[in-house]
Amino acid sequence: MDPMSISTSSASWKSGDGVSDQFPAGLRVLVVDDDPTCLRILEKMLRNCLYEVTKCSRAEVALKLLRDNKDGFDVVISDVHMPDMDGFKLLEHIGLEMDLPVIMMSADDSKNVVMKGVTHGACDYLIKPVRMEALKNIWQHVVRKKKHEWKDKDYEQSGSVEDGERQQKPSEDVDYSSSANEGNWKSSKKRKDEEDEGDERDDTSTLKKPRVVWSVELHQQFVTAVNQLGIDKAVPKKILELMNVPGLTRENVASHLQKYRLYLKRLSGQHHNGLGNSFMGPTDPTFGPMSSLNGLELQALTSTGQLPPQSLATIQAAALGRVANNKSAVSVPLVDQRNIFSFESPKIRFVEGQQQHNNNKQVNLLHGIPTNMDSKQLAALHQSAQSFGNINMPIHSQSTQSNSVMGQMVQPQSRAQILNEINGSHALNIPSSVGQPVFSQAIPSAVLGRNGIDNVRVQTHASVSQPSALVDFSRSQRAEFPGNNTFSKGSGGFIPNYDVFSDLNQNRTDDWGLQSVGSAFDAPQHSNLQGRLDVAPSVLVQPGFSSDQRRGHVRTPSGNKVAFSAADGLGNNTNLGQQIKAEDMGFQNGLFPDQFGQDDLMSALLKPQQEGLVPVESDFGFDGYHLDNLPV
Amino acid sequence: MQRQLANMKQSLFDQGYLDEQFIQLEELQDDTNPNFVEEVVTLYYRDSVRLIQNIENALDKNPLDFAKLDSHMHQFKGSSSSIGARKVKIECTQFREYCRAGNGEGCKRTFQQVKKEYATLKKKLEAYFQFARQAGPVEKACRPK
Repeated sequence: MDPMSISTSSASWKSGDGVSDQFPAGLRVLVVDDDPTCLRILEKMLRNCLYEVTKCSRAEVALKLLRDNKDGFDVVISDVHMPDMDGFKLLEHIGLEMDLPVIMMSADDSKNVVMKGVTHGACDYLIKPVRMEALKNIWQHVVRKKKHEWKDKDYEQSGSVEDGERQQKPSEDVDYSSSANEGNWKSSKKRKDEEDEGDERDDTSTLKKPRVVWSVELHQQFVTAVNQLGIDKAVPKKILELMNVPGLTRENVASHLQKYRLYLKRLSGQHHNGLGNSFMGPTDPTFGPMSSLNGLELQALTSTGQLPPQSLATIQAAALGRVANNKSAVSVPLVDQRNIFSFESPKIRFVEGQQQHNNNKQVNLLHGIPTNMDSKQLAALHQSAQSFGNINMPIHSQSTQSNSVMGQMVQPQSRAQILNEINGSHALNIPSSVGQPVFSQAIPSAVLGRNGIDNVRVQTHASVSQPSALVDFSRSQRAEFPGNNTFSKGSGGFIPNYDVFSDLNQNRTDDWGLQSVGSAFDAPQHSNLQGRLDVAPSVLVQPGFSSDQRRGHVRTPSGNKVAFSAADGLGNNTNLGQQIKAEDMGFQNGLFPDQFGQDDLMSALLKPQQEGLVPVESDFGFDGYHLDNLPV
Repeated sequence: MQRQLANMKQSLFDQGYLDEQFIQLEELQDDTNPNFVEEVVTLYYRDSVRLIQNIENALDKNPLDFAKLDSHMHQFKGSSSSIGARKVKIECTQFREYCRAGNGEGCKRTFQQVKKEYATLKKKLEAYFQFARQAGPVEKACRPK
């Protein structure tokens, strides 16, 4: 057998068109476990099931494999305890970037760990030693996931969303399946806002995987509803009722809620230990993908030029800390740079928030914060965004881009769309942990350098400190939300990365108003952000960058690195760390979609990171803006 | 000879050295991988050396880092359980109990037991495989699954 065959032999069934006669034979499984004995046994068992097995003993290698072979695998099985990367982090990454079903396994059968698996979006949790029977049925998760996606999509379709783009977005820009995110973003925007934000991307027409696009507004409504009910009491049914959105199903809400909780959990990360596992909704495999968008989204945004330069400047400025004046609102978006993966989506959202003008909905980025933010906050954000834009300029080689990026970010929906497209919806989920304004200072520069995305980060950072209003939301929210990051899925609003920055900012909690925003992002991308929610603010910012990327500017990947590291630094929470990493990567991808193999970047990023970013937090230097480091 | 082999195996089960998981391994053995079980067991004994070393090192530290000990043991336990090493696994569980209780002495004592069971099983399995090889392929075909 050819273990490495990433062939598309199973493609037929994978596409969801139907199940081939051979199904589930040929299912392409990637199994990750640091224990060689277990790995060998699993490999043999899976082969006996007639699956195509690829085994891997390191999480980073696994990620690289996944990134290098988009659509090369159908399901991933991973151990929880691994030396180089926590299994849950890997789970998040995969969720954000690739939106593949992930099955966790461990000898540990304690309830908390199993719960953790579930809340992080694992499709299943197997207790070791794994038996053949358990493996035989893993294919059901793949089918279910696809089916779920289709179902969601249908809903969306009915809403006359144009999402088409969502899924289709070619991955050229984005290595990961961000395309889906992008599409989501776009479509959500369209659907929800029906405005012409300038959705450039409106082309998607073939939704491959129907998903509910959680636009900023929608997310905002969602967050409002959740807040009203109280995170503990927020059940999908009630949320659905409160939201009163036609065409939205309880399942949509449930899965979104799941992500959101995860997101919040991540944000609060260290604050809350017991958060969230209560996510309610069915475990939504799509949870992961959301985050990936973030980086991409920004790029998309940037590239699309949607964001008016000034917003970008504002954002940047905000990020840099200028935000002080601005008003916190901005901070939110910036945060997410880091989370490239997931943040991207949120970023977009954030940006939107910034751009008041585009839609008022934009503010929605903050949507998570609906309670706190109101238009004026958004305006503040906007302003911040603007300032950021300035900041970004220097950093980005493409100065114009930066601005545009920023501008884009600010721009409401359109940006998000762009980003979505680019990123494929990193689900800007704003990390609940937003509280990490940390990056406000350091990040901006660092972030900016990266590719614009960096800027975003920076900004977020700055904004983080600022938008107390936003933060408030997050703060309070955080506590409530278990931190399910399910939210990130598309919610773009979350800026998971932001958490990373938190070190820089104290406000973290406040800024996370973005969280809500993140939700908005959720829709499109599901994959991403699960974990990313942390950086909500930055996420928003990012979108701008994404656009930049799109333009084809080649941002120095290093930028991503920076962001990445920053992310690490911020990543106090493990989640963050992961996210950031992932985000960075995602971001990178988003940024340079055309140019770089995101994988490379990511790999590069990953390498240093190995563990998760922990150390980075302070080291990263968000404190000091690593602009210099950023090659930009 | 085959009967002897079967008896050997049966006694390993009866005495509780091996559990159901070992049978799973045997079921995986087929023509394409005729020595699968032995291969896996060999892999285990090779890799577990470092896991055991990790625990030894951790036990030498002062003060003891129970979290780390628990983590290392978790790894080792997972590995051992995957080949069906029942007694080893039981001792590992006991070790983890002591870790959670913060009982350093208990940990050290139990670890000695772990190593003892580990070594005993190794000898028994080595004998078993050697015998199996002598018994020849025919025996394999007849081996009850």
